Amino acid sequence: MNTPLRKHDDPGLRFFGKVTASVTHDVKNSLATINENAGLLTDYAAMAARGKPLDPERVNALAVRIMDQVKRADGLLKSMNRFAHSVDDSLKKVDLNEVLQLLAALSIRFAAMCGTTIDVRPSSDPVEIETSPFGLLNALFLCLEFAMTATGRGRSIDLRPEKTATGACVHFGPLPDAVISDPDPCLAASIDARFVKNTEAGTLTLIISDR
Amino acid sequence: MPEKVLLVDDEKDFLEVMAERMEARGIEVSTASSATEAIRLAEKESFDAIIVDLMMPEMDGIEALKLLKKKKPETQVILLTGHATLEKGIEAMKLGAVDFLEKPADMNQLTKKIKKAHAHKMMVVEKQIEEKMKKIMGLKGW
Repeated sequence: MNTPLRKHDDPGLRFFGKVTASVTHDVKNSLATINENAGLLTDYAAMAARGKPLDPERVNALAVRIMDQVKRADGLLKSMNRFAHSVDDSLKKVDLNEVLQLLAALSIRFAAMCGTTIDVRPSSDPVEIETSPFGLLNALFLCLEFAMTATGRGRSIDLRPEKTATGACVHFGPLPDAVISDPDPCLAASIDARFVKNTEAGTLTLIISDR
Repeated sequence: MPEKVLLVDDEKDFLEVMAERMEARGIEVSTASSATEAIRLAEKESFDAIIVDLMMPEMDGIEALKLLKKKKPETQVILLTGHATLEKGIEAMKLGAVDFLEKPADMNQLTKKIKKAHAHKMMVVEKQIEEKMKKIMGLKGW
């Protein structure tokens, strides 16, 4: 998953492309399911024309399935839109609770492909920090990707924000003891942040300084 | 004899509705929500066609195709994908896929391909029976 950067690579663009590809794939899946359900409705209509009685319950069940998929696609596009707008400001005050919810929504497919689940543990109070919203999402995604790869299938990863004296941090865990490598520190440095691994606690933490 | 198909996709809602549409067209349908489950079913039963989604967790459609062809070379596999690229299409055909389709797939087209796969399989089975008969007749000296 963590492919090495080539010369002249833009990690931000790479991240943007990865997320867009993933979300649009899921939207396409929703549309394919809606299409098949609509097709099934035409099948029912054709059967009714041939004299087979139409079952209102089945038609209703189909309508509910279509509405569920529309809701799913709408949710995905809302998240995608918020993600797209994260580049509007180079510096902005954001609440880490909300940012982590957005990250989790954008990472559903990645988590499914890794066989892991993402569990955001929000703080009871807002955890605000002034930083680059897009840069922050990029650094957090890098941590999440690292954590998902390290954790393995059938496990859950908790994301927990915390306010600090100089800014804020996000803990990712639990990670297995045998995690050896570190995520690339350059990306974190670009938003005045750094990664810290705590093998005893089994966590990876992104520490972000208020700008 | 109805056509027998195995549908493989991790999207359960998609799987359910595709199965229902195919059954309404007289096709006997089994479903699997993972490539691992599909390979287990394919080892136990014989299908005219196996329709596999390309992007699935644990094992993708291409890996599933390789394994299916290894275990049962006569298997007719159709790959379905949300995003068909020429590169993936060529790779799939080189590995022995019968077809490579983009979602949403046209049900009438898909049904035609399944019927074609069924006819092909009947021919293969007839040929195998013919060869067995020849062997028996040869042994008996008839």
